[in-house]
Amino acid sequence: MGELVSAGNKGKGVRSDCFVSLELTSGGGIQLELDSKVAVMYGNDIRKEVHTILDHAGIRDARITLEDSGALPLVIAARLEAAIRKAFPSDNEYLIPMLDENRYETPRERNRFTRLYLPGNTPSLMINAGIHHPDGIILDLEDAVAPDKKDEARYLVRNALRGIDLYGAERMVRINQGERGLADLDFVVPHQVNLILIPKCEQPEQIHAVNNRIREIRKSRKLNNPIWLMPIVESALGVINAYPIASAAENIVALAIGLEDYTADLGTRRTTEGSESFFARSMIVNAARAAGIQPIDSVFSDVADMEGLHDTVLRSKAMGFDGMGCIHPRQIQVILDAFAPSVEEIEKAKKIVVAFHEAEAKGLGVVALGSKMIDPPVVKRALHTIRLAVQLNKLEENWKESYV
Amino acid sequence: MSKYDKLVTNAAGRIVPTIINGKEAIPFMGVGKFKTAGRKAAPPLTSCADYPADGNKVIASLKEALVRCGLKDGMTISSHHHFRNGDLVAPQVFDAAKELGVKNLMWFPSASFPCHEPLIKYLEDGTIDHIEGSMNGALGRFTSEGRMKGLGVLRSHGGRYQAVQDGEVHIDVAVIAAPSADPFGNANGVNGPAACGLLGFALADSQYADKVIVVTDNLVPFPCIPWQIQGNYVDYVVVLDQIGIPEKIISGTTEVTKSPDRLLLAEWSARFCDEVGLIYDGFSFQAGAGGTALSIGIFFADILRERGWKARFARGGSNKYLVKMLEEGLTEYILDGQTFDLEGVRSMRDNPSHVNTSPFTSYNYHGKGNFSTLVDVVILGATEVDVHFNANVVTHSDGMLLHGIGGWQNCLFGKTVILPVPLFRDRNPVIREEVTTLCGPGELIDVIVTERGIAVNPRRTDLIEKMKGSSLPIKTIRELKEEAEKICGVPEQPILTDEIVAVIKWVDGTVLDSVYKVT
Repeated sequence: MGELVSAGNKGKGVRSDCFVSLELTSGGGIQLELDSKVAVMYGNDIRKEVHTILDHAGIRDARITLEDSGALPLVIAARLEAAIRKAFPSDNEYLIPMLDENRYETPRERNRFTRLYLPGNTPSLMINAGIHHPDGIILDLEDAVAPDKKDEARYLVRNALRGIDLYGAERMVRINQGERGLADLDFVVPHQVNLILIPKCEQPEQIHAVNNRIREIRKSRKLNNPIWLMPIVESALGVINAYPIASAAENIVALAIGLEDYTADLGTRRTTEGSESFFARSMIVNAARAAGIQPIDSVFSDVADMEGLHDTVLRSKAMGFDGMGCIHPRQIQVILDAFAPSVEEIEKAKKIVVAFHEAEAKGLGVVALGSKMIDPPVVKRALHTIRLAVQLNKLEENWKESYV
Repeated sequence: MSKYDKLVTNAAGRIVPTIINGKEAIPFMGVGKFKTAGRKAAPPLTSCADYPADGNKVIASLKEALVRCGLKDGMTISSHHHFRNGDLVAPQVFDAAKELGVKNLMWFPSASFPCHEPLIKYLEDGTIDHIEGSMNGALGRFTSEGRMKGLGVLRSHGGRYQAVQDGEVHIDVAVIAAPSADPFGNANGVNGPAACGLLGFALADSQYADKVIVVTDNLVPFPCIPWQIQGNYVDYVVVLDQIGIPEKIISGTTEVTKSPDRLLLAEWSARFCDEVGLIYDGFSFQAGAGGTALSIGIFFADILRERGWKARFARGGSNKYLVKMLEEGLTEYILDGQTFDLEGVRSMRDNPSHVNTSPFTSYNYHGKGNFSTLVDVVILGATEVDVHFNANVVTHSDGMLLHGIGGWQNCLFGKTVILPVPLFRDRNPVIREEVTTLCGPGELIDVIVTERGIAVNPRRTDLIEKMKGSSLPIKTIRELKEEAEKICGVPEQPILTDEIVAVIKWVDGTVLDSVYKVT
């Protein structure tokens, strides 16, 4: 007789999840007790899935109860496998099919204005996350998961990476700190993750450790898709070391700041206006720009205050940040709107770009607007503004045709 | 007497009984096909000489009033649902009936709520034979399990008026809970501790029942003004300590949604309406009480405000958001069937542009027209929609009866009917090959908005044409169904018995579908 192990969630307010308890027995075959909200429509389906997974794990005799609040098959599989692993450790993974829609890579330079945090052990929030079209979706294995749920969250995050369509969002995972974080990588690197967030970075060595582990996994699995890194600085020491961290590896594409932990580390409190973190945020912007990567701001934690969020994003943008974290899908559009070029910025950029194209056409080396010379970096900035405005539907792609 | 007999297949392809609780019923013939003749039903003539000249009709107790009404076995008692889940009157009516030893009553509420669960004991002991109206929650479950003695009949709000007017249902005793009343029986819903706004659902009862009892906890001297219920129809007045629980009267799904997925549905629904030109200066709309529908109203308000437009009228259920629109000048009128919160009650009491209506003006099949057909945009919900745009609002996909029809069927006659629904709830796909229970024929349902795409009924070529080139994700209903099944799996059909436990009436009184006992 084995011990009774369990995984998953149940109870009031839990939806799209299930709770599995499992006890290995010495005989009697598989005794499955199913209590499902969707038993009428998917009861047989669920039974079949449970038997397939047990079979895959080589389990012939066990007592199982499955309390189901409408979990999708990928969630049931994750919960059951997590329970099985608690009962008897093995490397024998049960992998659900990888959706074709999920096989994509992301370019280094892509927009990262919005990245939506999702707790890694809450399936109900994952299923529809992609329909809100953030630039990135973070399946969080770190702070958003209770310590005793961190093991089972790995299976859910892995299955989500394989089985949930995120509709083109950059597929991100925030791993844990230290050794646990390195072990987290085994569950995400082989499953088409695009970017890894490394929390509480203070030293470049943390980046190296992550990259070494990624290299090992890729070698053994013969993988070669790019995996980008976004270190998060969340302490005074991290801020001081911002540049060494930002420039620690080739595959770092962005540097983020986490202000809740940072302000706690300083011994102060986070304010909306943010003077206590001004230095740290400036450091992040400077370090990131010096390293040629994107500086990314922290999250805004009052999900009801859309005006406060809007003002915060404008300040962020003014400081030089390229993006912010979101903890609720409704924040996405507000952040995008604030980061998008303003009407004035677009109008100014149009004039410069037109002048630039005219100068090019005339073979002139210098761009002029009226009597004023325009420096090359300003032209570059204007081209970037126009590109963004088009991308964010603030400007028609063929704007030049109607430009007078 | 068997609950039902003589099954036929109706015009919608559904098997329905033509004998229901011993009475003949006509199977559904198609939308607008059934015409009726004859004269309206009417209550018996009375003589005012038989009523107290001092106008005081107050009787000591509900029980005594029922006795004076001549309550007997097999009679029909009606009640309204303006107190929603805070109704303290209907349970007491049947407590009194039980004490009187009366059997086999038919309860004819305009809707039922969880607070009516105590009536199950009277369904079990034979005091109540069956319910015609709606069977929500526990009462629905009780019905689904085949435990109700008679056959349940579900009607829309308009269908209830129709059934009363053409005599399909004869109300022996109407019990009208009234937040304010005078001893003569004049009554309203806007004043008093149990203020609920209006009493429109009780109008037909007051006019057509043989006997009418007004029950109040706020007796005022004659005259009780306004008098939406007129004392000339009323036989007796009973005063109780409390007739409703205010916080439960003002309850339920009356806050805008915070769910990002539902907000997306609301945003897309409003954008769709805007892109096809349904929103214009002087348009009209009806959005129900659900969180998504309320949010759509707010998006509509934003569009109107931005363009300096106003709606000619908004159709209630009213709530604070609609009242805000009225007071901000974004709609000229609220034509209200029920008030969902205290702001709605206040506005109805104080603002002449906030007008109380009854199912007669808006929904009744025997009316000489209905203003539900004049509403430009109607936003409704559904538990299921099928690939033919047919929709279900009463049962869940496992066959369990859990909701009433409300005004839903009647609203389908609006000019453009939009159903914002999630593609799946947890693992329950909403778009099915065939609805479990047919409540609304697909020819009346125009647009299904889900978080993964919008399907337009192929009949609405005008809308399809206008949405060409839109940035909204327009898909076919089959594509949406397949998308749901790819995520959830293909659901098995529920195994139901072939025993019918309730029927769904169409707005004209014909039988649209049957609800089967669950296993």
